[in-house]
Amino acid sequence: MTVSTTSTALVPPGLVVAPHLPDLLLPVAIRRGVLGFLRNHPTVAIGGALLLCLVLVGIFAPFLGTVDPTALAPAKRTRAPSADFWFGTDMLGRDIYSRVLYGARVSLTVGLSVAALASLAGLAIGLVSGFVRWADGIVMRFMDGLMSIPPILLAVALMALTRGSVGNVILAITVAEIPRVSRLVRSVVLSLREQPYVDAAVASGTRTPMIILRHILPNTLAPMLVQATYICASAMIVESILSFIGAGTPPTIPSWGNIMAEGRALWQVKPYIVFFPAAFLSVTVLAVNLLGDGLRDALDPRMAKGL
Amino acid sequence: MVSYILRRVLSTVPVMAIVALFVFSLLYIAPGDPAAVIAGDQASPADVERIREGLGLDRPFLVQFGTWLWRILHGDLGTSIFTNLPVSALIAQRIEPTLSLMVLTLVLTILVAVPLGVVAAWKAGSWVDRTIMAFAVFAFSLPVFVVGYVLAYVFALQLDWLPVQGYTPLAEGFWPWLQNLILPALALGCVYIALIARITRASMLEVLQQDYIRTARAKGLDQRSILFVHALKNAAVPIITVIGIGVALLIGGAVVTESVFAIPGLGRLTIDAILRRDYPVIQGIVLMFSFLYVLVNLMVDVTYTLVDPRIRY
Repeated sequence: MTVSTTSTALVPPGLVVAPHLPDLLLPVAIRRGVLGFLRNHPTVAIGGALLLCLVLVGIFAPFLGTVDPTALAPAKRTRAPSADFWFGTDMLGRDIYSRVLYGARVSLTVGLSVAALASLAGLAIGLVSGFVRWADGIVMRFMDGLMSIPPILLAVALMALTRGSVGNVILAITVAEIPRVSRLVRSVVLSLREQPYVDAAVASGTRTPMIILRHILPNTLAPMLVQATYICASAMIVESILSFIGAGTPPTIPSWGNIMAEGRALWQVKPYIVFFPAAFLSVTVLAVNLLGDGLRDALDPRMAKGL
Repeated sequence: MVSYILRRVLSTVPVMAIVALFVFSLLYIAPGDPAAVIAGDQASPADVERIREGLGLDRPFLVQFGTWLWRILHGDLGTSIFTNLPVSALIAQRIEPTLSLMVLTLVLTILVAVPLGVVAAWKAGSWVDRTIMAFAVFAFSLPVFVVGYVLAYVFALQLDWLPVQGYTPLAEGFWPWLQNLILPALALGCVYIALIARITRASMLEVLQQDYIRTARAKGLDQRSILFVHALKNAAVPIITVIGIGVALLIGGAVVTESVFAIPGLGRLTIDAILRRDYPVIQGIVLMFSFLYVLVNLMVDVTYTLVDPRIRY
């Protein structure tokens, strides 16, 4: 036995020496700045990086070895993926790689625009309904009504009224998303109104617009930002669904939903036509959701509990 | 209890009225003049005017809304522009596959998602938990047609275990019916499973910290009865709420799933109606699904009081 050779000399017999324990609380590295934030919240970093890549792909689509995504080449129909056609060609001979890369533009435009528009409109409606008592009942009953129409059907019904265009798709999805944002903003406003510092501001004679601007608005931003990422993800899915069932982006513009809709008839023999846009869509939505989950954990630890 | 249910039922009336007003406005502002369509190309402007008066289309908005609502309440959803059949008959023809798909998805989702969430909460922080939650994050990001095509490719085309597409009515036997619906239900349920597994885990984590769970452990109850009897029952209210809200996802997803798996249900009817701009049909479908959604959430609210007698209104 050589284990306790050193201690036997110092410790009386019968006593056991406690083994050396590692420090339980390691010194906490305080991380500051954007990089520190990203290291503390890896999901934000991963989601954000993925999303940034996709945005860059969308912006620089013309320089990434693509050809005209709408160029027909009947002689080269339904080619399997190869060195010439990375993702193959569709039934009209169009290069799917180019179409998928350009399709990123539509998805990201729709996702980001809907997130921004729905947040702004929801913010306005939520603030009014949280502050103006008589308007609250009317506005919220109206929102209840809108919310009881499933969002996709609401968007479908609105799209049926208008021509298919990216702008109309954005508007239709925005209308379908507004009720949820305004409910969120309203509930935040109602709980903030009861805070002592708001009472203090009222007592010291601050006017309502100033209270909203200084005390209420900044506190709604964190939950709104999280909500906006989820709206962005959901808008991209709804856009692809609308295009897939023929009620969305016009077929002349390559969008992921359109490419899948065109590949639908052939998918049992040429699955790659559907596969590539589907993969891109899933990765994009995943990136936005990761970003949203990470932001939620970072901005509101109470909300993150358990989820 | 009875008065609560009654009040809750009454509270759906204004909501449905707003839905109806909205859906009616859709038809009202829809492009195209129904009177001109009915009159045909040969009609003179006077004929068109007469038909318009006959249909009551020259009357004020609210009067038209009133008569329209009156007909709806009597089960008359209007007539399809394209097929000239009553919309209610068209919906009745197509409702079985859609309802089958939705009910099967709901059952499958609850059977899969709730145990997953319970296990994740029980083993919180372990690799089991992290695997389930990672799956939930990924599954939540997968659009329904993506899952649908992947499942159909693997299990129908490659492995040849299940039919690729189509639908067999329940009247022709349970197994043929089920066989056709397993893949669509899985595809449709994917997002829903992720959502409910997450909320189940969150709700269970909260309950598992309660004192009565410690008491149950101290009593020597086995883990399974602690989890599924003591904890799950108390964690049920948020889970049921999300199941109710998630029905909206299910309704929207069903339209797409039916198109991927060539199921002749309401989804197909919707898509055909959009392509033909058949507004009365679109209107009828939106109205019916919204009514279904409101009804489901009404049932959810009533279920609260059954699951948790502490809830009184």
